[in-house]
Amino acid sequence: MDDVREAVLEYVIDEYIDEDDDLEVDADTALISSGIVDSFSMVSLKAFLENKYDIRIPDEDATPEAFDTVNSIVRIVEKHSS
Amino acid sequence: MSNIGTYDEKRENFTWDVAKEVLGWEQGELLNIGAICSDRVCARGHADRVALIWEGFGDRKATYTFGDLKVFSNGIAQMLVDQGIAPGDRVCLFMDKIPSLYFAFLGVLKMGGVVQPLFSAFGDESLEVRLASAGTKAILTTRKHVKKVRKILDRLPDLTHVIVLEGDPSKLKDGEVFFDVESAPRVEEFEVYQSGPETPSVLHYTSGTTGQPKGALHAHDSIWGQVLTTSWVLDLREDDIYWCTADPGWVTGTSYGIIGPWSLGVTQCVLDSGFTSARWYQFIADNHVTVWYSAPTAIRSLMRDGDELVAKHDLSSLRHLASVGEPLNAEAVVWSEKVYGLAFHDTFWQTETGSIMIANYPGLPIKPGSMGRPFPGIEAAVLDLKTHEPLTEPNSVGLIAFRPGWPSMFRAYWKEPAKYASRFVGAADGATPDELRTDTSLWYVSGDRSSVDADGYFWFVGRDDDVINTGGHLVGPFEIESALVEHEAVAEAAAVGKPDAVNMEVVKAFVTLKPGFEPSGDLELSIMNFIRKKLSPLAMPQEIEYTDKLPRTRSGKILRRYLRAIEWGEDVGDLSTLEDD
Repeated sequence: MDDVREAVLEYVIDEYIDEDDDLEVDADTALISSGIVDSFSMVSLKAFLENKYDIRIPDEDATPEAFDTVNSIVRIVEKHSS
Repeated sequence: MSNIGTYDEKRENFTWDVAKEVLGWEQGELLNIGAICSDRVCARGHADRVALIWEGFGDRKATYTFGDLKVFSNGIAQMLVDQGIAPGDRVCLFMDKIPSLYFAFLGVLKMGGVVQPLFSAFGDESLEVRLASAGTKAILTTRKHVKKVRKILDRLPDLTHVIVLEGDPSKLKDGEVFFDVESAPRVEEFEVYQSGPETPSVLHYTSGTTGQPKGALHAHDSIWGQVLTTSWVLDLREDDIYWCTADPGWVTGTSYGIIGPWSLGVTQCVLDSGFTSARWYQFIADNHVTVWYSAPTAIRSLMRDGDELVAKHDLSSLRHLASVGEPLNAEAVVWSEKVYGLAFHDTFWQTETGSIMIANYPGLPIKPGSMGRPFPGIEAAVLDLKTHEPLTEPNSVGLIAFRPGWPSMFRAYWKEPAKYASRFVGAADGATPDELRTDTSLWYVSGDRSSVDADGYFWFVGRDDDVINTGGHLVGPFEIESALVEHEAVAEAAAVGKPDAVNMEVVKAFVTLKPGFEPSGDLELSIMNFIRKKLSPLAMPQEIEYTDKLPRTRSGKILRRYLRAIEWGEDVGDLSTLEDD
């Protein structure tokens, strides 16, 4: 799952963090509760995961808590990949 | 006993002068919202009362008194004057819900400027359209958001001042000014601009079906509507701890997230972090919030997260709950009564109305799912969809309309007099905005449909146009479609609302592709992110459907209502104007 972690982190940094932001983002950085990713933008993050890993994440699993860090997102991907 | 007391008694012999009594207003006082919310509260002996309890993400917390509000808003006002900003100039606020946003709102008003608050999640194109329209002279922002301003600055000749209120000053570009009001010398006294009832105050942009967003201009006289509705609908009292969850980039966040509570000298809380149910409950518990004004989208999200989470927090301080932004479904009202012991009271109003027009009132029976009854002093009706005559038969569906003349009513659409006039039924050709807003023989038409039951309760039915209400925010389809066709793969586009369990509706886009592009999940994601960055996360389509052709009228206009009806499972109506294959 290290590959997934790396890919999700890269996507988050590319899509949600501006190049000249001073923000340090790692796999434990809060994304939703910090406001880096808002609830509407979570939909595109979910679409990224579904496309890249060919999975379907049901709405009941796509909660702000489940998407709050890269590590928690990896767990969602793991759960739905099996 | 609630502030409103008996609804029927309040409706009889109503005058807006009651608002002056509520505020303890004396003849000859200065009608300036910025000063009323800060200097006046201090002058009445409450300089040491807490005005703002602020929390950000993590452990960031701060508390400010009304004395602080006075000094820091003075500081912003003086800085603007020193920068050459003059009364009447439009000054945009473009930042998250940080304390400086609130100081700046009052400060701009104190120096006679027109505050133009914009939602900080707007992308550079959404920002540019609104700044260009308003001819904005100065923008107050933060290091986090100034990058979007830099991208568009060259195309905005009127925007001569970029002022950064928070962040690392060493990262600013030439021409940008850094001003941290809390570390700047304190400005104890400032000569407040001598505004009057009709002096422009706040310019909020709102989306319509066609064209770009329009600027709804308000005046300092709006305060009477905001004061009285805050007192009678939100039931605020001096000892309350109030939380309005709205962002001041939208009208709820200014009318009821700044003006209403602070004019009455009430302490309010602000939480500037992302939404999670646990965080919100903790915030209420920690700050002993008593009155909570929120939105159906948030309430439905809280519902989704269940009853057990509620039980883990001490929410016993709450005494009154209200909701705004979109219709609050009956289930949410019933649920809130079950888990909080208090029902959410739905309210209805708009950017244009400036204050609450229809509401459920504290201490009075609620019909779950209903918007409630008109505020005392507001004459409301539903008009026949074709004749625009008031409907008298209970439960008939028509257009929600109000007789003009309430104090918080918008004074103009910025530089769009024809659009302003188009909102009034029965207006004479060439009537001026002042004539329109004071002619009580006319009807101001809201753009929403509802019915009225035999008890006078209004029941929301839907929009009367193609505007998409997502999470309580209006998004214009034209703006989205214009941005969609700027994507390299998109040839044509249509944007409509589709049902959503949490947000009431979300944006769905139908697109045709240019030659050489094929539908794919990656392309869908690319289009979504393109719109999110260009416009805003709210405008981002949450679904994209590829099609070979969009339905059009014979004159070539996209038939959005056809696409929308299919999404909502409704009758598609008369298709006689549909273009033949």
